Amino acid sequence: MHIMEGFLPVKHAIGWSIAAAPFVTYGLYSINKKIKESPEQRMLLGVAAAFTFVLSALKMPSVTGSSSHPTGTGLGAMLFGPAAMAPIGMVVLMFQAILLAHGGLTTLGANIFSMAVVGPFAAAATYRVAKAVRLPFALSVFIAASLADLLTYITTSAQLALAFPDPTGGFVGSLAKFASVFAITQIPIAIIEGLLTVMVFNALARFNPVELRNMKVLTAQESQA
Amino acid sequence: MKRYQNLLMMIAVVVLVAAPLWTIQKPFRGTDDQATALISNIAPGYQPWFKPMQESSGGEINSLLFALQAALGSGFFGYYLGMSVTRAKIRRESGRET
Repeated sequence: MHIMEGFLPVKHAIGWSIAAAPFVTYGLYSINKKIKESPEQRMLLGVAAAFTFVLSALKMPSVTGSSSHPTGTGLGAMLFGPAAMAPIGMVVLMFQAILLAHGGLTTLGANIFSMAVVGPFAAAATYRVAKAVRLPFALSVFIAASLADLLTYITTSAQLALAFPDPTGGFVGSLAKFASVFAITQIPIAIIEGLLTVMVFNALARFNPVELRNMKVLTAQESQA
Repeated sequence: MKRYQNLLMMIAVVVLVAAPLWTIQKPFRGTDDQATALISNIAPGYQPWFKPMQESSGGEINSLLFALQAALGSGFFGYYLGMSVTRAKIRRESGRET
């Protein structure tokens, strides 16, 4: 999902930066507020950041013969709400842009928008819907995290299709091309991300039930399971 | 089932990662690079207008930094998990069920 440095036209680069900025700003505000209200959540916030650090560093082979990486943003979005993940995602993407020549500063806004805005919001919304229709806890987490991963890559495809419409097929033709690079490769990797997120959630639910209950992520009943 | 859930998921993750390695016997290409190639294909005249801050350090240094990123994350996660497990154990032993 990393759009490489310089590979978005100036207008698009600026546009996506402006689009991502309020999410990062509000995310910082929401993190500050949460830490002030309950300082004991600081460590869990670290866990959410650590999970994103690990997962976005792991490029995995996929059945299509391409490799790609998960994003790890679903976990934090379900724990802290989607806004908190925007600044965390930004830190990860900055690290990769500055030191790894992976992604870039000019494409930072677009990459934040796909990985740290669309992904987390998709995860949080899906998790809420899944719980509302009373899906089992593990299944809700799995679907939410997998979908966040997949939608991040579809967003990247759309961003590239907007910037580089196909000479004959236009936006739609271009979207199909970029999605064929990203989306199918991503399916098994999204499943992996879903499974890993459930495993981490299981561990948290078992060893940190009090924190999760205080954060209203789990109901008292679920945390005893 | 609940008891084996984590174990089964761990096996599924290993299989999902390992299966492509056995079935596809050729180097895997990153999707980010493929997308960049596709851009040159759709818009042949497009010139990137900004250069990465560094790009000549090569694959070895790349692996180092990606490994560092994963190690930092998993190190912190392992610390937190270990701390939580121990804390839960102490709580259980002292009889203060929470």
